[in-house]
Amino acid sequence: MLVYLLRRIAQSIFVALAMMVIVFFGIYMVGNPVDILISPDATPAEIEATMERFGFDQPIWMQFLTFLGNALQGDLGRSFVHGEPAVQLILHYMPATLELAALGLFFSVLIGVPLGVYAGYKSDRWQGRAIMTGSIFGFSLPNFWVGMLLILIFAVELRWLPSTGRGDTVEVLGVRLSIFAEGGLQYMILPALTLALYKASLVTRLARAGTQEALVQDYVKFARAKGVSETRILFVHVLKNIMIPIVTVLGLELGSMIAFAVVTETVFAWPGMGKLLIDSILTLDRPVIVAYLMMTVLIFITINLIVDVIYTLLDPRVRISGAAS
Amino acid sequence: MTVLSVENLQTHFFTDAGVVKAVDGVSFSLEEGEVLGLVGESGSGKTVTGFSILRLVDPPGRVTGGRILFRGQDLAKLPDREMRRLRGNRIAMIFQDPMMTLNPVLRIDTQMIEAVQAHEKVSKAAARDRAVQALARVGIPSPAERLNAYPHQFSGGMRQRVAIAIALLNGPDLIIADEPTTALDVTIQSQILAEVQGLARETGTSLIWITHDLAVVAGLADRIAVMYAGRIVESGPASAILTAPAHPYTAGLLGSIPGHGRRGDRLTQIPGMAPNMAHLPPGCAFAPRCPRVSDACRATAPEVTETGAGRALRCLHPLTEAVA
Ligand SMILES: Nc1ncnc2c1ncn2[C@@H]1O[C@H](COP(=O)(O)OP(=O)(O)OP(=O)(O)O)[C@@H](O)[C@H]1O
Ligand SMILES: [Mg+2]
Repeated sequence: MLVYLLRRIAQSIFVALAMMVIVFFGIYMVGNPVDILISPDATPAEIEATMERFGFDQPIWMQFLTFLGNALQGDLGRSFVHGEPAVQLILHYMPATLELAALGLFFSVLIGVPLGVYAGYKSDRWQGRAIMTGSIFGFSLPNFWVGMLLILIFAVELRWLPSTGRGDTVEVLGVRLSIFAEGGLQYMILPALTLALYKASLVTRLARAGTQEALVQDYVKFARAKGVSETRILFVHVLKNIMIPIVTVLGLELGSMIAFAVVTETVFAWPGMGKLLIDSILTLDRPVIVAYLMMTVLIFITINLIVDVIYTLLDPRVRISGAAS
Repeated sequence: MTVLSVENLQTHFFTDAGVVKAVDGVSFSLEEGEVLGLVGESGSGKTVTGFSILRLVDPPGRVTGGRILFRGQDLAKLPDREMRRLRGNRIAMIFQDPMMTLNPVLRIDTQMIEAVQAHEKVSKAAARDRAVQALARVGIPSPAERLNAYPHQFSGGMRQRVAIAIALLNGPDLIIADEPTTALDVTIQSQILAEVQGLARETGTSLIWITHDLAVVAGLADRIAVMYAGRIVESGPASAILTAPAHPYTAGLLGSIPGHGRRGDRLTQIPGMAPNMAHLPPGCAFAPRCPRVSDACRATAPEVTETGAGRALRCLHPLTEAVA
């Protein structure tokens, strides 16, 4: 298990380095930030000075080595716009995105698993078909549209929930979060639901396929032969088996949920990393974009690692063979 | 007292390739404490018969005819709730493949305790105690510890013992044992056989022992029913069937057991292949492989005839009659 973990960590470091190269050179291709940093009627001497100050006059490989050296010390440069270190800026906006993604993930499991299991159980009845048709909508409706629809219904018409901003926050372990704040959670519900809809459809489909597959297994028939109730068969025997692929996929999807919260955050004016990214792209704030991408890569890698560990905890067969190796 | 009475049971599978009459007019009955050996080649419908009794036939299969009376009660008329209460409680079944019957992601204790708690309001601790006792009875060493293991930590033989222990948990009136020893090696086979026989005798439980091997039931069964292509072709007291088979198929099965028949005889095998269940011949299903076949056999399927001394037969040319 330890050997396996070390090997996985080494792999992750390699991936992170490779991403650094791609991100840095990729961003270098896009526009010249100096055009935005200084006024259009600046003199060539002023442009020269700015280029020198930010190190843009150096050859690209020099720039990369400087970037790499700083990055290894946790410094991804200062925001051109905010003047703050980019990492700090991102860390400041990250909790809002993370808590939104976490709640979205929770919603998608809460909605998707029961629906999927039920759809698998009734797969050739109208109930099963109806759920599957619904999941197609979940897949195909665009995020911003769903968000606006939810705002229209729950915020404008019914006035049940607020539609923009983050509401109150409380400090938990030095991080400001809305999820535990009395006046904060209600602000999260609509954006989290919007974010969850696509994943909930995915979970529904996964759970349905898994349930259908599990229901024809001998162990289900044997459980029935023992006189175990259908409810217990579905939510103990079947669920425990289908959670393995669901957790795997969801873990991987959590990364994309964080990375692509961009649209949802924009619709709900949610002050997270996604909104920061959009603003930074508009102002060609190179260090922030690079830092955002690097943080996203790190999050992806960490999540993958965690998923692997949870996976071994869920499946006793993997646990044992892992311990033996 | 009659525990189980199966009358003209029909279980058909409605597949794309046609209707498979997996069980087609099966009748037998079972007294308290009696052991019935249900014998037949692969695909003859033994497992489907067992599932039909428990109402566990999955689509595209369906019980299409006949009656199953358990202690005089028609099981087909029982509401689902009542049927569930019967399963694993009054009627237990041990499945054919020990590697597939236990849920791989649940611990043994979970799977045993739920079997007790499905039928009785007892505490988890009490159910656990009962599980430990049941495991001990089927010869699993240090049962209290083994309860915490997962199925994959057991060998095939040990898993089958666990399945048998689960069948014993609620002290059922009837156990349907579906080839519980076929997947195991020979020494473990006879060990388990002896154990189950002892346990059934101790508790007065009736047993349906399904097997494709007549030798297995020879020392175990009180009565034997021989199945071929979804029908019981011959049934009667075990000793009578084994010493004087009347159906050519039974005789063929006996002929292929080493050590049976007279010394020096060659080990004979039934010629031909088991029939395609989706396309059975119109007459006797065994006709294409039968050494005593006549035109009459190919035209119409023989009906069941009682031949006395508790024996029944489906054959136009039994071995008790001289070859025409
Ligand atoms: N799900 C199914 N769909 C279609 N046909 C089926 C299905 N299950 C069983 N059958 C048919 O029913 C017949 C009897 O099957 P069954 O499993 O009862 O045989 P068996 O006597 O138990 O054989 P074995 O010794 O191999 O276990 C088989 O010929 C098979 O073709
Ligand atoms: Mg079988």
